[in-house]
Amino acid sequence: MRSIRLKIFRGTSNSGEFKEYTLEVEEGMVVLDAIHRLQATQSPDLACRWNCKAGKCGSCSAEINGKPRLMCMTRLNDLPVNKTITIAPLQTFPIMKDLATDVSWNYQVNKKITPFTPKSNAEWHWEQKDIDRIQEFRKCIECFLCQDVCHVLRVHQKHSVYAGPRFFVRMAALEMHPIDSADRLPFLKTDAGLGYCNITKCCTQVCPESIAITDNAIIPLKERVVDRFYDPIFILFRKLFKKK
Amino acid sequence: MSNNSLGATARRDLWWLEPAGTFAVLVLFIAYAAWVGLSGTHYEWGPYLSPFYSPLFKPTWWPFSPAILVLIVPLGFRTTCYFYRRVYYRAFFMDPPACAVGEARKHYEGETKLLVFQNFHRFFVYLAVVFLVFFVIDDIHAMMWPINGILPNGQMAPGPKTFGIGLGTIIMVLDLIFLSFYTFGCHFLRHLVGGSLDCFSCSKTKETRHGIWKIISKLNEHHMAWGWISLGWVTFTDLYIRLCSMGIIHDVRIF
Ligand code: SF4
Ligand code: SF4
Ligand code: FES
Ligand code: FES
Repeated sequence: MRSIRLKIFRGTSNSGEFKEYTLEVEEGMVVLDAIHRLQATQSPDLACRWNCKAGKCGSCSAEINGKPRLMCMTRLNDLPVNKTITIAPLQTFPIMKDLATDVSWNYQVNKKITPFTPKSNAEWHWEQKDIDRIQEFRKCIECFLCQDVCHVLRVHQKHSVYAGPRFFVRMAALEMHPIDSADRLPFLKTDAGLGYCNITKCCTQVCPESIAITDNAIIPLKERVVDRFYDPIFILFRKLFKKK
Repeated sequence: MSNNSLGATARRDLWWLEPAGTFAVLVLFIAYAAWVGLSGTHYEWGPYLSPFYSPLFKPTWWPFSPAILVLIVPLGFRTTCYFYRRVYYRAFFMDPPACAVGEARKHYEGETKLLVFQNFHRFFVYLAVVFLVFFVIDDIHAMMWPINGILPNGQMAPGPKTFGIGLGTIIMVLDLIFLSFYTFGCHFLRHLVGGSLDCFSCSKTKETRHGIWKIISKLNEHHMAWGWISLGWVTFTDLYIRLCSMGIIHDVRIF
């Protein structure tokens, strides 16, 4: 047993402040355990979202000492516990209460994406090498930490013109699928605002599933957009040979 | 609750170290490259040619340093490279300076307006690959030594040439290797050789392209490391040849 100090945001988007707590914790506890103990012993009205406590549901995202992380996957041991630990809700989304944010904007964005559209005559058969790339993207747990840290949303608030890294990952998975027939490149260039991403890689740095978001999803999509809309040689080639 | 002014963050670590360090390294490199590029002197010694001046192109009508005519290619190549974009957007434009840290500029267009030219990186890649061929030629030259030796002014003595290796040759060959690892790990090349395909197993050609894509992907995983290593080594290569040419150090002939 030892004692730690926590500073936790309490309130909503409209009003709130950080409150300090002192808590007895044990070896091996994660930040989410500390929050649960706080709810059980001192503050039953402290709101937070969680579900699996195994890093798989993507619910417990927060900002711990200023870094977007999953509370259930952040060990107290790995934090400087002799100093006060700050726990704040995701900055990019409206705060419903305390550590629970309203991430529903993401679901609205998701609805705009053309879903998987298999070719009509497709053979539902492919090899592992065809889907290795996509399987990396399917690891996404929709924790929205990448959306939170992406400065295009976090700082520049481009929510109305930008889809964000999580949805570039989803669209990359669809675009690279061997039997998908939909064309999402015009959407990526315009409504999804792929050009706003300046490939500074914060999304990749925070992804708890270690998806190489920038290198494997965003940059390949950017290159596909360049082929289609910017590269004069490719455009001419397509015109001459009437390829899509 | 949010404060997005420059440097505002709840992070406790030394987040400013990376942007400050890269800023310093890049400023040093830019200053060195500008000085070397404008000097127009000491870029050759014996069979060696500084990579900053390769391919050597000295038209009579050009009154300035010949490097200015060729540096545009490596400069354009590196500044439009995805890895360097990330580096200078962070270190110079502070867009953002580090993750979850506030920024200086309020107005942001990313790569949609002014920076849309970054989409033309691929044309610099084509030129950079051609430049690698020039570096191969330079390296072959760096193995051809005059039988009559090197004159005190660093020029090759007239007469036939023979195969030989000096410390400078090794430095130049390593430069070519590091530059190749950096260039062939390029995101655009990765896309060109196979990344643009949706199905790798659909034909023999696509299978082959997948094989090449896998190799480029391996290099691409370390694109950042090769980007830094090649930048450092190209500078060192120039410095070595420059110091030999100035007579400050003496090249070692290995055989
Ligand atoms: S790489 Fe692009 S999507 Fe990822 S955090 Fe940076 S700007 Fe956002
Ligand atoms: S891509 Fe990674 S960071 Fe983004 S939502 Fe998915 S798991 Fe979370
Ligand atoms: S509670 Fe499910 S990811 Fe943390
Ligand atoms: S992306 Fe770095 S050289 Fe092309």
